[in-house]
Amino acid sequence: MNIMTEQSLENAVGDKMNAKSNEVIKMRGDKVGVFYGEKQALFDVNLDVRLNQVTALIGPSGCGKSTFLRCLNRMNDTIDSARVTGKITLDEEDIYDKNIDVVELRARVGMVFQKPNPFPKSIYENVAYGPRIHGLAKRKADMDQIVESSLKKAAIWNEVKDRLQEPGTGLSGGQQQRLCIARAIAVSPEVILMDEPCSALDPIATARVEELIDELRQNYTIVIVTHSMQQAARVSQRTAMFHLGYLVEEGATDKMFTTPDDKRTQDYITGRFG
Amino acid sequence: MTDIPMDTMVRVAAHPRRDIGLKARYAAERRFRIYGVVAISVGLAFLAIMLVTIVSKGYTAFWQTTVSLPITFDEKVIDPANKRGTDPSVLIKANYPKLAENALIAKLGISPDNKPMIQKLKGFLSEGARVQLRDIVAANPSVIGTTRDVNILAAANLDSAFKGQIDLGVEEARRKVSDQQIAWMNKLKADGAMAEHFNTGLFTYGASSRPETSGMGVAIIGSFYMMVIVLLLALPIGVAASIYLEEFAKKNRFTDLIEVNINNLAAVPSIVFGLLGLAVFINFLGMPRSAAFVGGLVLTLMTLPTIIIATRAALAAVPPSIRSAALGLGASKMQMVFQHILPLAAPGILTGTIIGLARALGETAPLLLIGMVAFVADYPKTPFDPATALPVQIYMWANEAERAFVERMSGAIIILLVFLMAMNITAIVLRRRFERRW
Repeated sequence: MNIMTEQSLENAVGDKMNAKSNEVIKMRGDKVGVFYGEKQALFDVNLDVRLNQVTALIGPSGCGKSTFLRCLNRMNDTIDSARVTGKITLDEEDIYDKNIDVVELRARVGMVFQKPNPFPKSIYENVAYGPRIHGLAKRKADMDQIVESSLKKAAIWNEVKDRLQEPGTGLSGGQQQRLCIARAIAVSPEVILMDEPCSALDPIATARVEELIDELRQNYTIVIVTHSMQQAARVSQRTAMFHLGYLVEEGATDKMFTTPDDKRTQDYITGRFG
Repeated sequence: MTDIPMDTMVRVAAHPRRDIGLKARYAAERRFRIYGVVAISVGLAFLAIMLVTIVSKGYTAFWQTTVSLPITFDEKVIDPANKRGTDPSVLIKANYPKLAENALIAKLGISPDNKPMIQKLKGFLSEGARVQLRDIVAANPSVIGTTRDVNILAAANLDSAFKGQIDLGVEEARRKVSDQQIAWMNKLKADGAMAEHFNTGLFTYGASSRPETSGMGVAIIGSFYMMVIVLLLALPIGVAASIYLEEFAKKNRFTDLIEVNINNLAAVPSIVFGLLGLAVFINFLGMPRSAAFVGGLVLTLMTLPTIIIATRAALAAVPPSIRSAALGLGASKMQMVFQHILPLAAPGILTGTIIGLARALGETAPLLLIGMVAFVADYPKTPFDPATALPVQIYMWANEAERAFVERMSGAIIILLVFLMAMNITAIVLRRRFERRW
C-alpha cells in the first residue's frame, strides 16, 4: 500500500478535516442544575455536544438524562416548578439569556419525543406546520418542496408519498416516529434532541430509526437519550453516563463501552444495576 | 439449612385447597348484579310512568276543536252607521262575535226569535272569534257584505266535551256544558262542521285568559332569545376563562381557590342566581323587568360554571404529547392552544355547552324572580320587551284551574321535553362523532 492515488490522498485529507470539524463544540452545558420545586434533579452537569456527532445520554431511570435533554431547548420552561441554574450555550450563545427568544431557540434545537406524537392532522400538515409558523415558505410550491425533502430525509417519503392527505395518526408506530423526525427536520434545526425515540417501537422499526439517525448525523447534531446500551453503542460517537442527577462519565462511545473509567458506568453497562 | 422431615413434606403436598369462600364470592357477585338490575328497573319504571302520564294528558293539547261556519260579514252588524271610511276604529270595535253567533244560529236552524234557545248558545263558541274575524276584516275590508267559511274556535268547555273529557254522567247543573249544547255539538259533529284540527295556536298564541286562545308563542320566542344570549355570552366567556385557567394561569393557591369557587357556583341553587339578577341587573343597573335580555344574563351566570368545568375537562383531556409536539416545534403557547389544543377539545366543549344550554332552557326559578312570570299577550319584538319562557309558561298554566289549561300545560311539557331531548341527543351524537381516543 505504498502507492497512493491522488484520489485516495484527497480522501484521506478530507477525513482528517472532518475529524477536526467533529471537535467543534455545538452546545455546552456548564454547571447545569435543575430544580423541580425544592427537589434538585440535576447537579452541576458539564457536558459538551459536538457538531455532527451523536451524543448518547445513558443511565438508569430517574438519573436526570431526560431532564438535561429538555434543558437544551428549554422545554423545562413549560413546567411551572422547574428552575434551571448554570449555563447552556448554543454556538457560544447563552440560551437562557434574556435576549434569546425561546421560539427561535426551539426552531434551532428540535425535539423528537419518546412516544410518537404526530398531530391528529394529515401527514402533509404534520410536516408543514413547523415551517408555516416560522414563515419558512412563502408559496405553496416552496412548502411542498420542504415537506417532500423533510420526508425524504426522514426516510419515510416512499411509504407516504401517495397518501399525504391521510391522517398521520393512521401510520404504524415506526412510521409515526419517522414522521415526527421529518416534522422536526422541516424547520431546519441545527441540533435534534431525541428522548428515547425507539422505546415505543418494535425491533424492526427501531433498526430503521437507528439507521436514520446515523444518516442524519451528516447534517445535524444529535443528542439522544436511550435506555438501550446496544443502541447507544450502535448509533453514538460519544456517550454520557448519568446517575442520580450527576454526570458520572463522558467520553467516546468506543472507550465508554470497553474501558470506562468509573465503576458505576462499568456496572451499569454490564447490567449490574439499572 | 435444616432438613425437612419426610412426613411434613408429604403433608404439605397433600394440603387441601384453602377454603376462600368461592361460593360465597360468586353469590355476592350475583346478588350485586340483581341489585343493579332492580335499581335500573325502578328508575326506568318511574321514567315510564312520568312520560306516560304527561303524554296521555298532553297529547290532546295538539288538537283543537273548531266549528266551520259560513260567516256572513254583515255590514249592519260590523258598521251599522257606515262610518268606517272616516273612523277606522269602527272596524276594530265592531261586534264580531255577533257574526259568528248569527252564523251558528242559522247553521243549527234555530229561529232568530227563540231568545231562550239563543241564550243557551252562550259559551259555545270561543270569545277568540272576535279577534279571528276582526283580523280577517282588518286584512281585507272588502269581505264586508260577503259570506265565507271560517273555522271558528270552539270554547274550551266544548273543546273538552268534544274530546270526551267531560263526564256526561254528572248531573247537568254541576257540569259546564249543558245537555242542549251537547246535542248541538253532536249535530254539528254529524254534519262534519265541528271537527278537531292540529292546534297551531298552541305554538303561536300569547297569553290569554281563555285556554283555547292561549299558546306558547311568547314563551318560545322568549326562550329562544335567552338561549341566544346565553350562547353568545356564556360560550366565549366560559371558553376564554377555561383556557386561561387551564393553560396560562400559574397553579397556585389563588387559582385553586378560583377552581373551588367555580365548582361551588355550579352547585348554587338557581333561585340564588335569580336574586342576584334582580339585585344587580334590575335594581342596580336599572334594566327592564320581565325582559328576555335580563333572563339571558341570569341564565348566563348560571350556565358559566357548567361550561367552564366541561371546557377545562375537555382541554385537560388533550394529551400532553400534543402540547410538547407543538412547543417543541417552536410554536408559542398561544399558537399551541388555538391551533392544536382548542380544535381537539372542541367536541367536548360543544357537548358541555349544549348540556349547559339544556339546563338553562329548563330553568324556572330565577326567571320568576326577575319578573318573567307575566301575562304577556304580544310577541316580544326585541329581547328587551316583556316575555316569558317555556318552563315559566308551564308553571303559569299549572296554576290555572280549568281542565283545558291542564291539557295545555301537559302539551307544553311535551314540547319542552322534546326540545331538551333534541339538545341532549345532539350532544351525544357530537360526542360520538368527534370523540378521539388517545
